[in-house]
Amino acid sequence: MDPMEEIKATFFQECDELLADLESGLLEMEAGATDPETVNAVFRAVHSVKGGAGAFGLDTLVRFAHVFETTLDAVRNQTLEADAAVVRVMLRSADRLSDHITAAKAGEDLGEEGDQALIQELQAFLGDVEDDTAGDDMPDFGFKPMLISLGDDPAPLELAPVANGPWEIILRPQAALYRNGNDPAVLLRELAMLGQTTVTLDDSGVPDLNDLDAQGAYLCWTVSMPGTVEEDRIREVFEFADFDCDLTIRRSAGEGANEIVEAPLPVLAVEEAPAVPEPLADAPVEGEAFSLDAILAMARDAAAATELTGDVPAPQADVSDVSQAPAPQGSAVEASPPASAPPRAASEASTGSSATPTQQTIRVDLDRVDRLIDLVGELVINQAMLAQKVLEEGAAPSGSVALGLDDLEQLTREIQDSVMAIRAQPVKSVFQRMPRLVREVAGMTGKSVRLVTEGENTEVDKTVIERLSDPLTHMIRNAIDHGLETPEQRREAGKPEEGTIRLAALHRSGRIVIEISDDGKGIDRTRVKAIAVERGLIDADATLTDEEIDNLIFAPGFSTASTISDISGRGVGMDVVKRSIQALGGRITITSTPGKGSLFTLSLPLTLAVLDGMVVTVGDQTLVVPITVIVETLQPKASDIRGLGPEGTVLAVRGSHVPMVDVGQALKFPSQGNARAGVTLLVESELGGLIALRVDAIQGQRQVVIKSLEQNYRQVSGIAAATILGDGRVALILDVDGLVATRRPAVAPQQPLAQAS
Amino acid sequence: MTQDNDKTHELIAFRIGAQQFCVDIRAVREIRGWAMATPLPQAPTWVKGVINLRGTVLPIIDLGARLGFGATEPSQRHVIIVARIGDKTVGLLVEAVSDILTVGSESIQPAPDVSCEAVRCFVKGVIAQEADMISLVSLDGILPEAELREAA
Repeated sequence: MDPMEEIKATFFQECDELLADLESGLLEMEAGATDPETVNAVFRAVHSVKGGAGAFGLDTLVRFAHVFETTLDAVRNQTLEADAAVVRVMLRSADRLSDHITAAKAGEDLGEEGDQALIQELQAFLGDVEDDTAGDDMPDFGFKPMLISLGDDPAPLELAPVANGPWEIILRPQAALYRNGNDPAVLLRELAMLGQTTVTLDDSGVPDLNDLDAQGAYLCWTVSMPGTVEEDRIREVFEFADFDCDLTIRRSAGEGANEIVEAPLPVLAVEEAPAVPEPLADAPVEGEAFSLDAILAMARDAAAATELTGDVPAPQADVSDVSQAPAPQGSAVEASPPASAPPRAASEASTGSSATPTQQTIRVDLDRVDRLIDLVGELVINQAMLAQKVLEEGAAPSGSVALGLDDLEQLTREIQDSVMAIRAQPVKSVFQRMPRLVREVAGMTGKSVRLVTEGENTEVDKTVIERLSDPLTHMIRNAIDHGLETPEQRREAGKPEEGTIRLAALHRSGRIVIEISDDGKGIDRTRVKAIAVERGLIDADATLTDEEIDNLIFAPGFSTASTISDISGRGVGMDVVKRSIQALGGRITITSTPGKGSLFTLSLPLTLAVLDGMVVTVGDQTLVVPITVIVETLQPKASDIRGLGPEGTVLAVRGSHVPMVDVGQALKFPSQGNARAGVTLLVESELGGLIALRVDAIQGQRQVVIKSLEQNYRQVSGIAAATILGDGRVALILDVDGLVATRRPAVAPQQPLAQAS
Repeated sequence: MTQDNDKTHELIAFRIGAQQFCVDIRAVREIRGWAMATPLPQAPTWVKGVINLRGTVLPIIDLGARLGFGATEPSQRHVIIVARIGDKTVGLLVEAVSDILTVGSESIQPAPDVSCEAVRCFVKGVIAQEADMISLVSLDGILPEAELREAA
């Protein structure tokens, strides 16, 4: 991949994260959050997308993001109130932004036509606030940042701006600014290039050396500039520093800010900003690391100053505390370059602006993680083999070797768990796509829907998450389209007009459970049954329990919508959902109460790398059957096995007959003994019907690591994958549906679902 | 396998029955002893099954059967040459590895035209040795996707 493409790929990856932040932030705002952190996070997301897109020349995207950003800026400045209407438009804008990015990813351009309506709506909000934006492509407006209180910060000056008065720029860097490699000196120099500047330093925020954080930010500069300089140009200077500092740009009121000391400084002095302000009384160290030299200088100054003032009892200890290195003062700071110092203090210094401390993450190629998982799985097997051999060699079970092996086992299990945890991710990434879906489907159906999500931070394997998206999308569409009533119907039924879809995730007994519920009308059983009869799925006179009727919606080709709508009922239905959940080793169940709504429960394994399996013997081979498909195991009486036709056999199970498949025969493994002996596993097949699998013996139940057969060989029908047993041999994992399919001609006609239980 | 002229080739020689064969050493990852393979359903006769190679499921190809010699009855003396073919890693079951040769391109003669189909497909050249002849086997065709699909 050429470097540019690589950077671009990273950009798009980041975009996904930013969009997720954007959406969750907007949703918080929708829920009533007005705190500056949320608004800032949302603004930052859009701004970063815009910045990156600009670098790649994605002009359409940038133009749209710019308008979006401008409106958000107004919210940030509290000149625009983020009421429900505003947030709704913003949510739609976020969707549009996401569309733009998706298109850009595919190398396409959506064009601007689709943006116009939203742009107008976004700008309309600004119109309410500012009148002078009319006709201006890039509206600028009074910028009034939130002042974030740092300690006993003086209250913001409330001075009426004068139309053309001189500019007053208050720059209060946060620690992040320095961390990101920005330098206020450079900013100030750039400002000086725009016109005559007068810079005043406010060092009143600098704490005692005792409390000083070497990575903190304590300084504030006030710059006065002639009013003739354009605001845009001033803002440009701060374009990349904007998020990491509290910036106020405003026209001074007549006499200027009362506390500003007019002290013109030459540009050169500005460059030396860190050194210029000489220690005053109890404020010995100014500001932040600009360079190693500067730190050094500051440290020396600081040390000197503290000694002079004598305010701080133990300066030497303090300096080394700051730098976390017990070195002599002066060189102590040198010993600790800014980048390597713990970020803790810095984030403390900037509390109030940066949201909750973000967790440190690294991006790792998934292949590397998978390789690691493979190796650890191997380690576990090797360890088991070693332990077995040691015992066989006659080592005492409680001897030091055996005990050592026990410890090793514990360690390897722990390593395995930790490695598996690397692949685990919160379901949030899937859940976050749902609000947009709900908005769109609600819009199309004219229903009013509220989505409630719970347990977003429940973690599950990345692959499970990826493959959850489609089934969930489909189920939520169905829930809105079929489950919820129209607002009128709901009113008549005495329910609130707004329907609720609840999406929840939780861990339960080593699996992840996802619940999708609606408070709609529930399943119309009479209609479901009528349709099933019409489609020939059940006999007209079949007697079914409510549960059986509910389960009919999972039957292939079943669609209850009388009109095929845009949203659901495209021919694929709940059967596809069920199959994709089963393909993940999961199960899906439904509970429905007429008039109250329905609840779909998905139960999925936490990872696809391991599987709970029943280890069985067929002939001289060992096979693994996934536990999830097994309904029950039984040892049938010879009289329960009945022939049907020349080859077919069926098994009588409590009055109904289930087609029987001899696994050994199906896989053409030489089978021992006669077909009537052995054990039968009653398994659920693809269609929800039951199949009886005959095997020679059951060895037990265990968790196995799934290994791909396709990687070095190819797919084998009837075999899902392979695994490695404790003795180091490869065992095949049975694919029940595939096995049944290979035997299809010999299997009795499809069992109606009703007979399944 | 690229066969640039005036270049030397390092080859691993092995025995199948009474004949000597060799493969390009660059394709070979390792050589290991025979381990019981787990048979695969619906596999061609020349696929012995799969074994566990440090966590990778490795299909074992009976090279003798593949070259038309008939199925090998593997014993402890047999070895598996682990080779990389395209993006797949496979194990080749042979009787014994005999030698590592370094030969120049000029000493590889084109394979004489014989009627045997398997020989025509897989033997890309022969190398004359004192009293012997070694056939150079090209691994490219050993695992043809089409043939695997056919066999399915």
